[in-house]
Amino acid sequence: MTAQKASASLEEIRRGSAELTNAVGLHARPSVKLTQLAKSYQSMISVATEPQGPWIDAKSPVKIMRVKAPKGTTLYFEASGDDAAAAVAALVDLVERRFDEAEEEGHG
Amino acid sequence: MAEIRLSGRPASSGFAEGQLYVLPDKRVSRAPTGDPDLEAKALRNAIILASEALADLATTADGDAADMLGFQVAMLEDDALSEMAFAAIAEGKPADIAWRHSMDQEIEAYRSADDEYFRARSADLEDIRDNVLDMLSGGTSAAPPPPGAILIARDLQPSRFLGIDWSKGGAILLSEGSPTSHVAMLARARGVPMIVGLGELPRSADGIALIDGGSGQAILSPERQSLDQFITRRAEDDNLSARAEKLLLKDAMTKTGEAVTILINVADPLELDVISPDLCDGIGLVRTEFLFSEDGSFPDEEAQYRVYRRLVEWASGRPVTIRTLDAGGDKPIKNLTIDGESNPFLGVRGIRLSLIRTDLFRIQLRALSRAASHGPIKIMAPMVTIPSELATVRRMMAEEFEGLKAKGIAAALPPIGIMVEVPAAALAMDLFDADFFSIGSNDLTQYVTAAGRDIGSVADLADPRHPAVLRLIAMIATQGKKMQREVSLCGDAGGDPALIPLLLHAGIRCLSMAPSMVARAKLIISETSLSGDVVTP
Repeated sequence: MTAQKASASLEEIRRGSAELTNAVGLHARPSVKLTQLAKSYQSMISVATEPQGPWIDAKSPVKIMRVKAPKGTTLYFEASGDDAAAAVAALVDLVERRFDEAEEEGHG
Repeated sequence: MAEIRLSGRPASSGFAEGQLYVLPDKRVSRAPTGDPDLEAKALRNAIILASEALADLATTADGDAADMLGFQVAMLEDDALSEMAFAAIAEGKPADIAWRHSMDQEIEAYRSADDEYFRARSADLEDIRDNVLDMLSGGTSAAPPPPGAILIARDLQPSRFLGIDWSKGGAILLSEGSPTSHVAMLARARGVPMIVGLGELPRSADGIALIDGGSGQAILSPERQSLDQFITRRAEDDNLSARAEKLLLKDAMTKTGEAVTILINVADPLELDVISPDLCDGIGLVRTEFLFSEDGSFPDEEAQYRVYRRLVEWASGRPVTIRTLDAGGDKPIKNLTIDGESNPFLGVRGIRLSLIRTDLFRIQLRALSRAASHGPIKIMAPMVTIPSELATVRRMMAEEFEGLKAKGIAAALPPIGIMVEVPAAALAMDLFDADFFSIGSNDLTQYVTAAGRDIGSVADLADPRHPAVLRLIAMIATQGKKMQREVSLCGDAGGDPALIPLLLHAGIRCLSMAPSMVARAKLIISETSLSGDVVTP
């Protein structure tokens, strides 16, 4: 697992990344978990599959499902706001925990 | 009404007896108001109502069903889903047309996805679309079907399935649909028998129906004798199932102690989500036709690689036999197979087509070679007739493997075997430098008996129990032993309880079958005594 923990930068933007290692990638159930977690933070949070974007709203399951990110994709997070550091850390952790999915699941 | 016998694709096994009920299409047309503000308000309301109804359903659901409903609610509550519809309404479109149009575009993006999982989600999006359309046209107007009924419909949306009371039994008959759909998964999880792809079904029906989901058979308005037979079969089946289920995760062994290798056939990787690899010794046949969508687009190397790699990961170290594209015959593929052949079963199909379309074939070989670096993949070529076809496949595979290696891409050179289904290959097996052989009993039977399996009037002749077919299978098994090459059998006969003892007597020790047949096959094998000699009729 190649994950780079949330790190502070000079701007107010917090960044982090983690590789999707669950069997089905950013699928229905993982997308719902990710957006629900993102929504629990005040900060603006964006997610991308390339370090330079394009960036999409991490609180929108519709937009995240449109990305159709398969297993092996690296997810990049950017957040700005009061709880940005905590948000990025929590999202990276969720991806690294494989969204708490049992491995044979994933059709949901 | 006279008795009607129907046959379709099994989607969820089990027996059911109940009243027929034709599920009405509940949508009524809606008159637009002509006022964009009112139309926008109508759509907003419909979305809220649909999302509330789903949330209600979710409170009574659990496991996969609850997750699926949670996903639909999350999507509906996201403004990004309706943005485009509201924009169209502002331009003067009626609410239902704007919503349908924008959702259809969203659904199309899922349908055209490379990844099988995302493609399958198009059904959830259709469900969301239809639920909102129902709310726009005044909500669920149709009364729920009576509990325990046998439902007849064109297709069934997952949320509609979940809204039905299945506690009193019941079953589903669909004229369309797929065994890998979400609703089929829900039906299997809930133990509701379901048959799909039945074709034209009665539009109005009364009387009772008998369903055998496992064999895909349904009898409408059965006569007394059919009913008696059904009741007997159901009782036998209950008894057998209970005994077979105990053997599901055990190694297969005959009564006289011979080990039998059990492999599974995979038509669609989605099937694997709900089964444990522990029930088999590997995958004996992956039908890669599923990768080629009906719209005539072909999967690229990356998409194929991901699918093959997932199969290898699922099998966790067990061998995965992947058949190269077997298009043609009864499996036409748009923009690929040749239309208008006078006899497609004797035409350009299987490896014959791949060796013409080498551009596509090489993509598949590269994807397989890359996936083979993750675990034991075996490549199987269908419809091989002469040794030079296999030699060409080997050469192309070696070239693609070297090419990948030169680019520093992880790859491996997998073993290459052939399907034995053309009698010419069966009778001259010793001439083929194959790493393994797998008998395709469906095609072998139709070629040996000269009776097309797609022609109902000669279907009885295409019988794998014909002594000629069994003798040929015994010859193949014996020849394989002589050549010290593995011989398996992966046609429908391999999972047929009536045929398994005959195949074992013919010397076959490796059977590949649909996952749903494994438990019953292991039971039949455990009850078969072998004398040690090859026995054929």
